[in-house]
Amino acid sequence: MKTVVVRKNRRAAFLNGMHDGIPIALGYFAVSFSLGIAARNVGLRPMEGFLASALCNASAGEYALFTLIGARAAYWELALVTLITNARYFLMSCSLSQKMSPDMPFYHRLLIGNYVTDEFFGISVSRPGPLKPAYYYGAVAIAAPAWALGTALGIRLGLLLGPRVVSALSVALYGMFLAIIIPPAKKQRAIACCVLAGFFCSWLFGALPLLAAMSAGTRTILLTVGLSAAAALLFPRKETEEEGSADEA
Amino acid sequence: MKREMIYVFVAFAVIYAVRVLPLTLIRRPIRSRFLRSFLYYVPYVTLAVMTFPAIVEATAVPAAGIAALLAGIAVALWKGNLVAVSGVCCAVVFAVEWLLR
Repeated sequence: MKTVVVRKNRRAAFLNGMHDGIPIALGYFAVSFSLGIAARNVGLRPMEGFLASALCNASAGEYALFTLIGARAAYWELALVTLITNARYFLMSCSLSQKMSPDMPFYHRLLIGNYVTDEFFGISVSRPGPLKPAYYYGAVAIAAPAWALGTALGIRLGLLLGPRVVSALSVALYGMFLAIIIPPAKKQRAIACCVLAGFFCSWLFGALPLLAAMSAGTRTILLTVGLSAAAALLFPRKETEEEGSADEA
Repeated sequence: MKREMIYVFVAFAVIYAVRVLPLTLIRRPIRSRFLRSFLYYVPYVTLAVMTFPAIVEATAVPAAGIAALLAGIAVALWKGNLVAVSGVCCAVVFAVEWLLR
């Protein structure tokens, strides 16, 4: 009897994940399509772009990958740049590890680990309680294929879309980010401060003469560590506060 | 194997390690109040830093990016739906660039 209930819960969580994964899939499709255009420019074929996206699942990371393929960079250079452009996933994984129940089977960590992206991370941390692997897989099942397929189609059909459509699609990803950070910022002053400080410092670092030489990846890491640490000192969270309680208020 | 695919596999190996190491090494709840608070704020700061000013630079006309940012924030404040916010941002960019050219 108990296993039936568990299976039903798992099914519900998976369907929930698929539901929340639909907007991610749409955003991924739009973004990976424009990524495909970049891949096409360095000579990748649709199948190669599909594989790159199916394996890497990273927007900025893959953009760097395609750029370096075009530049015929050394492998160690690629490894270093990949490490820097994707270091924010390290922080997200640290954060996500705190949402995982110690009772969860270990292999889930290996599997979920491959799909720690800004969006999957965003929707799963904003849910109250420990992470349900089935929920995560539901979102991945619908959005990850869209990411890989979008890249392949971008390589094949990218030039058919006008530059205006490509320009419009290029903000889809940022719209998704706004939808993840703005609603909790409305409910918690500390998060609102984080978001505003993030906007301001990111603009400042891009505008100041010496700091502007820093790559976007390095800037993201430095500001994330600095501002999150400042927020943790200024607004330490109480023991009783559940992760994601902001979304329940 | 084609050179391009070696590049892809190198990138994959590095990205996977970056993502999976914290998940497999940190198996217990972190006790430190500072670290827990720090990790709680990480996603909001990262996403904010990545959104602005990048959204303004992504479009062909900067004004379109600014309009998309403002519209996106307004829709997110009113209704935090991922598709709605994302769709409005795209539509605003298309409209502004169509008007300005």
